[in-house]
Amino acid sequence: MNVRQSLLAETGSRTVVPTIFIVSLFLLVVGHDAPGGGFVGGLLAGAALLVVFLSGGRNEVRTLLPLHPRSLVGLGMAVSITVASLGLVFGSSFLDAGKITLDLWLVGEISAGSSLLFDVGVYLVVVGLVATVLMELGRPEESAS
Amino acid sequence: MNVSLLTILSAYLAAAILIGVAPTRFRRSTIATAAAVMVGTLVWVLDQAGSVVNGDVHIETLRWIPSLSVAFELRIDALAITFISLISGVGLGIVAFSGAYMRTKPRFNRFLSLIVMFAGAMIGLSATDNVFGLFVFWELTTITSYLLVGFDDEKAGSRSAALQAVLTTGLGGLALLGGLVLLAQAAGTASLAGIVASPPTGIVATVGLSLALVGAFTKSAQAPFHFWLPGAMAAPTPASAYLHSATMVKAGILLLLRLAPGFNTASIWTPVVVSVGLATMVIGAWRALRQTDLKLLLAYGTVSQLGFMTALVGFGSPAMLHAALAVLISHALFKSALFLTVGAIDSTAGTRDIRKLSGVGLQHPLLALTGALAAASMAGIAPLLGFVTKEAAFAALIDAQKWAPLAIIAASSAATAAYSLKFWWGAFATKPQSPEHAGGDPAPLRTIRTLIAAPLILASAGVVLGLAPGIVDRLVYAFAPGAKLVLWPGWKAALAVSATVVVLGVIMHIKRESIDRAQQRFVGGRLSRISADEAYQWTIVALNRVADRITGVVQHGSLPLYLAVILTAVIAAPMVAFGFAGGVPTLPTGPFSLPEAGMALLVVAPALAALRVSSRMVAVLLLGAVGYAMAGIFVLYGAPDLALTLLLVETVVIAIFAFVLSRLPRHFEIMVWRIRSAVRAAVAVGVGGFVAAAALLASGQRNPGPSPSAAYRDLAPAAGGKNIVNVILTDFRALDTLGEITVIATAAIGVAALISGFRTPVEEAE
Repeated sequence: MNVRQSLLAETGSRTVVPTIFIVSLFLLVVGHDAPGGGFVGGLLAGAALLVVFLSGGRNEVRTLLPLHPRSLVGLGMAVSITVASLGLVFGSSFLDAGKITLDLWLVGEISAGSSLLFDVGVYLVVVGLVATVLMELGRPEESAS
Repeated sequence: MNVSLLTILSAYLAAAILIGVAPTRFRRSTIATAAAVMVGTLVWVLDQAGSVVNGDVHIETLRWIPSLSVAFELRIDALAITFISLISGVGLGIVAFSGAYMRTKPRFNRFLSLIVMFAGAMIGLSATDNVFGLFVFWELTTITSYLLVGFDDEKAGSRSAALQAVLTTGLGGLALLGGLVLLAQAAGTASLAGIVASPPTGIVATVGLSLALVGAFTKSAQAPFHFWLPGAMAAPTPASAYLHSATMVKAGILLLLRLAPGFNTASIWTPVVVSVGLATMVIGAWRALRQTDLKLLLAYGTVSQLGFMTALVGFGSPAMLHAALAVLISHALFKSALFLTVGAIDSTAGTRDIRKLSGVGLQHPLLALTGALAAASMAGIAPLLGFVTKEAAFAALIDAQKWAPLAIIAASSAATAAYSLKFWWGAFATKPQSPEHAGGDPAPLRTIRTLIAAPLILASAGVVLGLAPGIVDRLVYAFAPGAKLVLWPGWKAALAVSATVVVLGVIMHIKRESIDRAQQRFVGGRLSRISADEAYQWTIVALNRVADRITGVVQHGSLPLYLAVILTAVIAAPMVAFGFAGGVPTLPTGPFSLPEAGMALLVVAPALAALRVSSRMVAVLLLGAVGYAMAGIFVLYGAPDLALTLLLVETVVIAIFAFVLSRLPRHFEIMVWRIRSAVRAAVAVGVGGFVAAAALLASGQRNPGPSPSAAYRDLAPAAGGKNIVNVILTDFRALDTLGEITVIATAAIGVAALISGFRTPVEEAE
């Protein structure tokens, strides 16, 4: 799909995209207590990638991502499975959830459950899927190139 | 010392990973690591053996998936200790030998890593008590074996041999899983010891037992599945010595030994296991006599000996099991020594063909001695362990008055003695008729010295244990009480059988040319045309042909037809369930609020509009509008998570549609054929009506009382979250979520594969 470069879209995306990313991370983190979670957060980050694609094209998406899309998917799976296996080692069974509570000076008590880490894996897999679809379907057609 | 076996298993895993990722230049360190793990295991075994031979059983448990009673349950008893000492002891020899034999190969570390991983899997297999854990370790040995057989993966022969081995044993593994599940269901426990303690009977248990037997037979290369083992000789020689003689092929025997105490009275046990074992023993011995490749000769010899053990286990009495385990130990020692001897011969003479080898014995007398000790043990000559154990088997057979099996086993043992002689003579003798040397680069003498060490120690173990059989006896007796293993049994019938067997073997060797001719005549005959290997090839070809046909019919390529099939199935399958459940859809009662009615209108209007438009893009956008309106309804009913997810899904889906549509015609095709549009309309109305009816039916079927979601809601604070939806996703039903992201990951791989067709990632440069 050919995307026409437009100054308006490019400038707009520059302000909108970071905001969407932050909101997506917010959704990921608060998921355990409020509407959100890894899946929704990942989808929103995917939507951000979509905006980047529409304004800057395929290469822009690739440069934005720290890893190749398929590595994102793999990393996400690895994170989730590792967290699940931690339950086997430290807890009583596979997927047994744990929680660490840190008492930080000035910040106060912060607790992170293993379910948040598990959700990070979900987030990465979903972002990876959307990124893969964008990179693959957004590939310039052979006849055109 | 209180080291658990689980710690040892983790050490194997860690060592395998470390060795696998180590750079090539760290060969010495990787060899040391592998050896250290095995030595550690040996020390651990010695520590445990003291109490285990007195009948103690150590149990370790690590829960895995408790809801499915899947766990690592390790049960360290005499049988496990026997296997673990063989695995680590022979393994140590293999590691040392590999270091001298193939250290200079480019992928040596990968090889060593696989060996260590295999050893760990095998140790786990020998000690596990949970049937599912058993299956997992069983398959781990299959996979590592596959990688080792196909180690020289640039050779087509290695690859096809590896594939044959993995297909055969993999098929057996599936049968085993089915069998174990049935047995566990019938017995009501997933513990092997529990199943054996109160063995289930009845048709389910019999089917389960038969399937488990198929698994054991494929793994231990029993007829008619014996063909994969000679093929697996494509593996590097140290791997063959380890997997295909000393350890992995014994896994089937191990399973039989574990099941025998419970199932030896089952109606199918003795007839099936004994006849399969005897047939395998005869076939293996017959084929071994015909080989001219030393390694193949040993491979068929292994098939024959495995048949011997299987037959003994088949009788199932304690004395027979005692003899079977004793034979297994002596076989592991002499066969690994023999394989390593062949490896040494191969690297000094550049060939392992009997017709080309000559004079190796004069050049390397120590190697010849090693071969002699091991081959004599295989032939059953006193005072070696092979003699002691075979003697025990003969005595058990005589005591039980099993005359026909005794005759078959004695005849095969005579053949064993004959091919043992043929092995030694073929490998080391100076033969006048053969050319002096068959070429190839003789290895330098220094290398040969390091190569001899491992097989010499393994062969000497056969001498030491033969002279002092008490050590083996205590271990074996703790597993199954039988007659004491002794070097000198006195003038008894068993001794006469042993002597006759050896004498017959010598005669067969002297008369080898006439036997060769007899075999040639037989090979020309009709009977020998039936070859298990050919049956395998034929099956594979036929399977591919059937798969092609089915694919041609099912994967016809018409997307509308695929959709129609899927949607029809969606309607049809639950309809059957509804038919059984009964119930009538009831319309919801009560007044609708204004926002509800408005939202409903917003859902219906774009859907109806989508029917009328001709542009694909507009239709997609209208469907997106339906989705957004649905999200509105979710908000109304207080499901913000659902609404949020749906909004985002709709957004991303519309975008993806836009990409796909850019490659399709802008407008829908004009339907000229009325029947086709009628069919599509029918399917569409059917799906819509069905979903609506199902929703109404479900809402009418609400049970009074606490809903399951209430239970989740009460538990949520304990899981440390306030958002019940998320707590369910990441905690209560996290296994489901794990499954779902696996599906997503697979979809991502599928998209990439379908569109770019596995292109190499050069695309980055575009």
